[in-house]
Amino acid sequence: MSDVYIVGIGIHPFGRTDGVSGIDQGVFAVRQALSDAGIEWPDVQFAYGASDAAGNPDTMVDRLGLTGVQFINVRNGCAAGGSALFSAQTAIKSGECDIGLAVGFDKHPRGAFNAKPSEYNLPEWYGDAGYMVTTQFFANKIMRYMQMHDISRETLGRVAEKAFRNGSKAPHAWRRQPVPIDEIMEAPMVSDPYSKYMFCSPAEGGVALVLASEKKARELGKPMVRLKAATMRTRPPGSFEVFAPSVDVERGGSATNIASRDAFEIAGIGPGDIDVAQLQDTEAGAELMHMAENGFCADGDQEEWLAEGWSEIGGKLPVNTDGGCLACGEPIGASGLRQVYENVVQLRGEGGERQVPDNPRTAYSHVYGAPGVSAVTILER
Amino acid sequence: MRPIAEGLFTQENPPRLIGGRDRETGRIVFPCPENDRFEPVPLKRDGTLWSYTIQRFRPKSPPYAGPEAFKPFPVAYVELPGETIVEARLANVDFDSIEIGMPLEFVPVPLDPDEPNGIVIPGFQPTEKMA
Repeated sequence: MSDVYIVGIGIHPFGRTDGVSGIDQGVFAVRQALSDAGIEWPDVQFAYGASDAAGNPDTMVDRLGLTGVQFINVRNGCAAGGSALFSAQTAIKSGECDIGLAVGFDKHPRGAFNAKPSEYNLPEWYGDAGYMVTTQFFANKIMRYMQMHDISRETLGRVAEKAFRNGSKAPHAWRRQPVPIDEIMEAPMVSDPYSKYMFCSPAEGGVALVLASEKKARELGKPMVRLKAATMRTRPPGSFEVFAPSVDVERGGSATNIASRDAFEIAGIGPGDIDVAQLQDTEAGAELMHMAENGFCADGDQEEWLAEGWSEIGGKLPVNTDGGCLACGEPIGASGLRQVYENVVQLRGEGGERQVPDNPRTAYSHVYGAPGVSAVTILER
Repeated sequence: MRPIAEGLFTQENPPRLIGGRDRETGRIVFPCPENDRFEPVPLKRDGTLWSYTIQRFRPKSPPYAGPEAFKPFPVAYVELPGETIVEARLANVDFDSIEIGMPLEFVPVPLDPDEPNGIVIPGFQPTEKMA
């Protein structure tokens, strides 16, 4: 069993890039990652590619070179990128391969995601009635959480304000203008309690990561960023998920709970050992709830965390240092890999204006998606 | 009044929702899945508000089959004690007076508020206080 290292990273800026296809944004990211690793495309032994709505990733070989490389497509909802990364690391861990690629990209139309009931094993009437709308779930989840754990709407506003402030310092972010908290709070409601600034939007972008065995990583001479754990989990009984016509009275945990627990166990460290975290923040409340679901704080403590600035870049646990989904938007196939990209930037100390101080050594990433999937990674320098 | 789908409401007047009970575990879900593992059971008429939001923009069509003219509507989860928590519309309530925990009773709600005799979907309204 070999340890796995991330030796090359590349990103196509997130947001809207008219005239550039999703797959070309993926190719852009791959070329950047290869260059960063100091290798050429023919050196790549395998690739896992994630895309939800922008075509089959393996077709990018006609742009990159027909080397006959093994290239496997991954489609796994919002966990697609995380699933590609998980699969890629197993190829190296097993000793089967020395160097390979995880790539994710997407390009979604404007507006909410186009979800069909049949894709989620739901009856047609559920869509007819107007329930195939992800924002309804997220709003219902936080509304209950705020009531149970005394979280104020102001705290939701603080999360969004932080996201845009951090995004303004990240060259790959989409929303690069800070937004004052009053404007966030008073903006038109999309789905109560969330205003339009408290939800992320479907977007475009591409990310590529080059993974290598320890031997290969030492040969390449890149900073040694080790992938200590990568987990992908589906939901346990009693969870509350996107597109749920009913929820069990007997409440249970979440896919995030088990993906997180298992990742920490594999890495042999705990939440208190993490120096920087990227947590799924498709809406402001998600960041708050995921802080607790991933074990970084107790339910209800988020009110104090945000008021005290503990999740700011200079705080005790910086969260979403590039502005997360709120500032970067969500191209599904690329989103989870963006988090890992950002973590590698932070661990290498290359974050510029958004660099977490005091040489962070450990970094955590987490995605969540319909219908109850979650993927977590833990990196260590 | 025409239910949006078969098998959602009982035939009684007033109707109740039909859930599905897992024959092995007793777990109740809504709607009743179309397989042998679940048997249809009428659900309680009364429950409490578990959570809610207000849908402020018109959902995309397809799949949404509601009217073109859009009015914001509440989407809620209602806890039917000991059974399940169902997703449904709230009706006959001011948005400002919606509170988690409030008592609710089942009522079919028109998909198009301007066509009360058209298609109906599952909904709940504040329980009428007994005199």
